[in-house]
Amino acid sequence: MSKGQKLLNWIDDRFPLSSMLKEHVTEYYAPKNFNFWYFFGSLAMLVLVIQIVTGIFLTMNYKPDGNLNAAGVPVAFASVEYIMRDVAGGWIIRYMHSTGASMFFVVVYLHMFRGLIYGSYKQPRELVWLFGCLIFLCLMAEAFMGYLLPWGQMSFWGAQVIVNLFGSIPVIGPDLSVWIRGDFVVSDATLNRFFALHVIAVPLVLLALVVAHLIALHEVGSNNPDGVEIKKLKDENGIPLDGIPFHPYYTVKDIFGVAVFLIVFSAIVFFLPEMGGYFLEHPNFDQADPLKTPPHIAPVWYFTPFYAILRAIPSFLGTQVWGVIGMGAAVVVIAFLPWLDRSPIKSIRYRGPKFKFMLVLFIIAFIGLGILGAMPPTAGRTLISQILSFVYFAFFLGMPFYTKNDVGSVPVPTRVTETNGKRQLQFLVLVAITVIAAYLFATNV
Amino acid sequence: MSEQQVDTGRRRFLTVATSAVGGVAVVGVATPFLMSFFPSERAKAAGAPVEVDISKLEPGQKVNVEWRGKPVWLLSRTKQQIADLPKNDPKLVDPKSEVEQQPKYCQNEGRSIKPELLVAVGICTHLGCSPTFRPDLAPADLGPEWLGGFYCPCHGSKFDLAARVFKGVPAPKNLEIPPHKYLSDTRLLIGDDK
Repeated sequence: MSKGQKLLNWIDDRFPLSSMLKEHVTEYYAPKNFNFWYFFGSLAMLVLVIQIVTGIFLTMNYKPDGNLNAAGVPVAFASVEYIMRDVAGGWIIRYMHSTGASMFFVVVYLHMFRGLIYGSYKQPRELVWLFGCLIFLCLMAEAFMGYLLPWGQMSFWGAQVIVNLFGSIPVIGPDLSVWIRGDFVVSDATLNRFFALHVIAVPLVLLALVVAHLIALHEVGSNNPDGVEIKKLKDENGIPLDGIPFHPYYTVKDIFGVAVFLIVFSAIVFFLPEMGGYFLEHPNFDQADPLKTPPHIAPVWYFTPFYAILRAIPSFLGTQVWGVIGMGAAVVVIAFLPWLDRSPIKSIRYRGPKFKFMLVLFIIAFIGLGILGAMPPTAGRTLISQILSFVYFAFFLGMPFYTKNDVGSVPVPTRVTETNGKRQLQFLVLVAITVIAAYLFATNV
Repeated sequence: MSEQQVDTGRRRFLTVATSAVGGVAVVGVATPFLMSFFPSERAKAAGAPVEVDISKLEPGQKVNVEWRGKPVWLLSRTKQQIADLPKNDPKLVDPKSEVEQQPKYCQNEGRSIKPELLVAVGICTHLGCSPTFRPDLAPADLGPEWLGGFYCPCHGSKFDLAARVFKGVPAPKNLEIPPHKYLSDTRLLIGDDK
């Protein structure tokens, strides 16, 4: 027996190292037909690591202090400028962190969309989906609180608006928003608690949820583009006929995805860190001024679909809580997908025309709301936002009806099939065209 | 120990009792942590009234004053602007200022002590942005019937020059009028009216 093997045996007698590796990596059998859409889970993990590492280094120079320094600049705002200008390598660490925040939402939205088209939320993967939804919630909280920290104009007024959302809840609202802020306005107290929650509390919860997400996934096994349960057909050794071990097959595939992702990521960090005001908004380069709202305030792009829903709903019965409820419901309703969808067919490949039609409407609504939410409101845009908000909810709440007897022309196969790469490319081109068309349309109403 | 029957009833009682007492302890321990989120004594004390000199305020001019960390607007309305105020009444949610968003002495058409000077907290009653002062008549973005007022850039709420909210916008209530009083013709105290 080699020395290495001896050491491994010694460890295995005390800690289940080999069996854990087998269960989750070398003998975790994943369907062999994963395609493009299956890159985004591992990429989300990569971005999480980037955020944690860059975040740790940022805290070493950042100061969560809203008071003015001798030069009349808030200490927090000045410390970010200090990181950008004076700390060796500071600018690249911060740009990695800010780009990472946006890229986190890019990969997570694509990851969620994958679940949507291939029915990955369906029985027996409901808990995988629910843990995922909680991760999404944590991510939104993390992004929101992190955005306050630079203490720029957008930080301040964005936090002001979101905290006031809670203020619109009847009876307890005003006290609740004071409780969240720790002051009667967004102030140093707010900044300090958001910092604590952003760097300690939420990341801990997030990590725990990621572990739960993966454990649940490995218990039931991964879904695939055909929505076929590979565990139903096994060979004489109990290995799924359509399964391949995660390592080396998917570790290699994911490393390829990581390489491509990092090319895009670095290009943004080096050449487009502000992304034309979408990743880092221009008013945030001005220090927070509690007396003056910037002429146009909008959240960062990843919140705009939900923000557009908030704006679309007018106040009535003397309260604006309805918009808040609408926005909250738009996030929460996603978690109910496993129970709203009544179709036994998982994958879009074998679904009927009704689901496909509704999905196209949903994509248009989500992208359209995202674009409208980033723009200043006009009467025309508000009307379109209202229509698209209706479509958004119709997609979810109409699901029990339109998925009931909706069967495609091709039956679900028993074994997995090959992916048609050409169709995937066509789809992506179509989405790109939709985005551009919607943007051009929205700027002109 | 002799062979005894397990007294499940007793076990159940002990489990429930332990959980209940433990639950009370958890609530008790959580209290100081939850309480620490409320404004501190220092934050509560920082709300002193502000004194302003208004002698240099020209008709049509608006200045901002900070009170409790919030912007307070002092707007000197022109005669024309005061005369125009009632024209907005049919388009307003609460033209008579019946909702308690102002001290009793400001429940009038101009929502002010003296018609020419509006004192209002410049925080939108929707989600807390500070609306922009738009005194221009009939601008392209606000329509031909605009007689001057305030426009919230965040969600498009509109207010007239008495800080009263228009119908059909997200803000549900008129802007708040803070307690204030004139110390003399040229000096105003914001935050106290006693």
